[in-house]
Amino acid sequence: MSSAVDLSPQTSFQGLILTLQRFWAAQGCVILQPYDMEVGAGTFHPATTLRALGPKPWRAAYVQPSRRPKDGRYGENPNRLQHYYQFQVILKPNPENLQELYLASLDAIGVDLKLHDIRFVEDDWESPTLGAWGLGWECWCDGMEVSQFTYFQQVAGVECAPVAGELTYGLERLAMYVQGVENVYDLNFNGGEGDDKVTYGDVFLQSEQEYSRHNFEAADTAMLFRQFTDAEKACRSYLDAGAPTDEAGPHRMAQPAYDQCIKASHVFNLLDARGVISVTERQSYILRVRELAKACGAAYLRTAGGGAA
Amino acid sequence: MPDLLLELRSEEIPARMQRRAAEDLKKLVTDALVERGFLYDGAKAFATPRRLALHIAGLPARGKDVREERKGPRVGAPDGAVQGFLKSSGLASLDQATVVSDPKKGEFYVAVIEKPGRDTLDVLAEILPAIIRAFPWPKSMRWGKASAQPGALRWVRPLQSIVATFGPETETPEVVPFSIDGIAAGTTTYGHRFLAPEPIEVRRFDDYVAALERAKVVLDADRRKDIILHDARDLAFARGLELVEDEGLLEEVAGLVEWPVVLLGTFDPAFLDIPAEAIRATIRANQKCFVLREAGSDRLAPAFILTSNLVASDGGVAITAGNERVVRARLSDAKFFWETDKAIKLEDRMPKLDTIVFHEKLGTQGERVKRIAALARELAPLVGADADFAERAARLAKADLVTEMVGEFPELQGLMGRTYAALQGEHASIAAAVEDHYKPVGPSDRVPTDPVAIAVALADKLDTLVGFWAIDEKPTGSKDPYALRRAALGVIRLITERQVRLRLLEQFDAAGQALSHKSADAPAKTKTNYLTDLLAFFADRLKVYLRDQGARHDLIDAVFALPGQDDLLMVVRRVEALGQFLETEDGKNLLAGYKRAANILRIEEKKDGRTYEDAPDAGLAAQGEPEERALSDALVSAREAASKAVAAEDFAGAMRALSSLRAPVDAFFDKVTVNADDPALRRNRLALLNALRAATREVADFSRIEG
Repeated sequence: MSSAVDLSPQTSFQGLILTLQRFWAAQGCVILQPYDMEVGAGTFHPATTLRALGPKPWRAAYVQPSRRPKDGRYGENPNRLQHYYQFQVILKPNPENLQELYLASLDAIGVDLKLHDIRFVEDDWESPTLGAWGLGWECWCDGMEVSQFTYFQQVAGVECAPVAGELTYGLERLAMYVQGVENVYDLNFNGGEGDDKVTYGDVFLQSEQEYSRHNFEAADTAMLFRQFTDAEKACRSYLDAGAPTDEAGPHRMAQPAYDQCIKASHVFNLLDARGVISVTERQSYILRVRELAKACGAAYLRTAGGGAA
Repeated sequence: MPDLLLELRSEEIPARMQRRAAEDLKKLVTDALVERGFLYDGAKAFATPRRLALHIAGLPARGKDVREERKGPRVGAPDGAVQGFLKSSGLASLDQATVVSDPKKGEFYVAVIEKPGRDTLDVLAEILPAIIRAFPWPKSMRWGKASAQPGALRWVRPLQSIVATFGPETETPEVVPFSIDGIAAGTTTYGHRFLAPEPIEVRRFDDYVAALERAKVVLDADRRKDIILHDARDLAFARGLELVEDEGLLEEVAGLVEWPVVLLGTFDPAFLDIPAEAIRATIRANQKCFVLREAGSDRLAPAFILTSNLVASDGGVAITAGNERVVRARLSDAKFFWETDKAIKLEDRMPKLDTIVFHEKLGTQGERVKRIAALARELAPLVGADADFAERAARLAKADLVTEMVGEFPELQGLMGRTYAALQGEHASIAAAVEDHYKPVGPSDRVPTDPVAIAVALADKLDTLVGFWAIDEKPTGSKDPYALRRAALGVIRLITERQVRLRLLEQFDAAGQALSHKSADAPAKTKTNYLTDLLAFFADRLKVYLRDQGARHDLIDAVFALPGQDDLLMVVRRVEALGQFLETEDGKNLLAGYKRAANILRIEEKKDGRTYEDAPDAGLAAQGEPEERALSDALVSAREAASKAVAAEDFAGAMRALSSLRAPVDAFFDKVTVNADDPALRRNRLALLNALRAATREVADFSRIEG
């Protein structure tokens, strides 16, 4: 029975994910599961944002479903999705051979480095909502961007010491490449053939259509505006409630507060997709989320995870 | 003479920073050497995506010995002075000092300090780490374990190894002994990331370049550019095509590869429906590939040139196929944008412009468009344009900012607007104005010729300038974030090169009126001030512009010093006429006469504590010397003739009128004593000199003219 399913990275989407997980597990990463909240990118997962802070070494890899409400195309665009998967790797401090490890991971998923042109093209990464920036590259394979490679310099407004290396693989794109498929919905998801084959479209086409309708036409903006304010308020109140009781004491609620920051960020993205935030307001919303992120980062540094004694 | 070889190998350096970094490295190292007295024969720096390299030829093995004599106290001086001398000159006792005798001062001690020249190797070991630590990258970063510590080394991307050798050609060079954050200088480097991953041992520059070449690295960026350009041309030629050359792209691509391998890809000819500029922008910006055209024509060909960094085992089949896929996806997007854009008329995009803030204090793009349209309408008759056309063009001019295509490729603004305007059947002049209203951008850009485009181009720039002046966001020093200097130069070029007559202050005022609700809180007085200030800014810019064309800045000052000079075309004509006049004998002599008169007046007016601005009395002059009378008469007629000529905008004629004064002025100074004993005569003669000063002011303020 099991022999009917091919789990090589070139023949199934899940094979690709499993291969990357095994590869990075071998590098000592903890293999986490997706964070159970809506986020715009794998970077928002506390395993990256918060764990990038402070002196403690940390290695993790995980798949993170990422929501970009504005990128919805009602299932009609072969490349753009409002919900897609990122494979995220964070290594703190970054090992000296991180580029080599990255290339070895490409080799592991079936990109023959003797046949394909891999290039590291300048890309200065910045997340205004997270108060984060880093230097690195877009990684190109035969002219296609397949990953982002960043050395975090600052996260949540805090200088990273030591610096973490972050790799983000765009899984659908990479899978399309190794499977030789032109349309994301044609990807073989499970590696089955004939009746056993499940495509990406079988899994996600309907939800792309439904969520596009939701994101652009139906999302309840009055409720979302309320939710933004509520999340902002809750974040502040959890930070206050968990504040250290004495000068040297730890913060006791940094992570629940950060959840509210994530929430505010996603609600903002939905409002933005609905087109109800003007250009000028946009900047101020981004700033408000950043202030939350910075406050959460500062709080996290006062926890055991953040390296406080 | 020994040579230095330095290589700083890192992870991929952004293409746009490589050339500058190589030059900085060369300058910093050679400057530091020269500062310490080490001269060299030649230096050259190189950059690839993964390394900066520097070769300095002909350095001395060690620095020059320095002998210094330091004068000490006289023999028999108190012990304190002697001890101080010994300490400062590093002598153990007076036995080591020499005694010198001087006929005046007697005998005193002298310390002879001999400093042997330092070994160049040691000096390099001191200079290089300091330069690397303080290297002026536009953006730099920390990395790895070391980044936990404050003061960790920063580099553009992680620095991986350093090669630093020094020595003569005939011997094995020595390693410059230094290390930074655990990276020790040595003799090992690596070649191409994929084609030659093994370590390479290098000794000096010659074998370094050869070893890299064997390891599939072309060190010299200009050579990489040559290879790409020639291979690209050849590949195109073989298909009956021509490369659309692009120096900026070539420079960038040469910074993305260590071993360029040029390949040709194709795309579906159906995509050629998309405007050529959009195809080029897509392929260039996103894929860093060159486009091709059919030989001997302007038509794009359905093919492109890519530059890979790999000699692939299949000859590049997979690489080409991969790039073709991406280009296909990009062009599908572009085609989608193009089709979507075409479905909406430009005027129907106006509501969207109302939602885009141009500047917080200057309102939305929509408001701006309305202002520009009104202003273009006003300007139209002044430039010979149809007012309806000008207004229509201005209304459409910014609409392409909200098209999908310009959203994706901002550099296509204007061009796409023109394309869409033509497509929806606008008059050719209107369509052209939509593109050309941004022009001229800078000193060498094309100046529009169609009157409609001129009107909109002027309106666009005047609205911008008056707006930013109204909210006091003027350029300062090197900061000019809204490119206001460029806008003013644009207005100047439009006016002077297209012979446009307009009173700037009137137009400023009109533009200011349209803005008034934006700056309603500004008091009226401030408003007049900012408009005059803006005119002064134009005067400055005009000076720069005319100076670049060879005009004398003092003549421009002399003209601007006259009141009401806001018609730039007239200012320019007057400066030209004045320049020509001052080249003639009459002009030179009149200027000399003017200076003499002005000098006398200055001295006498100071002495008397009064001015002599009353008109001279012709009757009194008639009683004086014949030369006095002649000058008096000549002044009256010359001034009248000059004034008339100026009114008729005949500046050469005005200069001719003034030149008639030369003979009477010369004769006057020759024969007449200004400071006559008779106070009435003296007063009248001074008034005559003042009348000369006044007459010249008909054409310019001669006091501003040098020489």
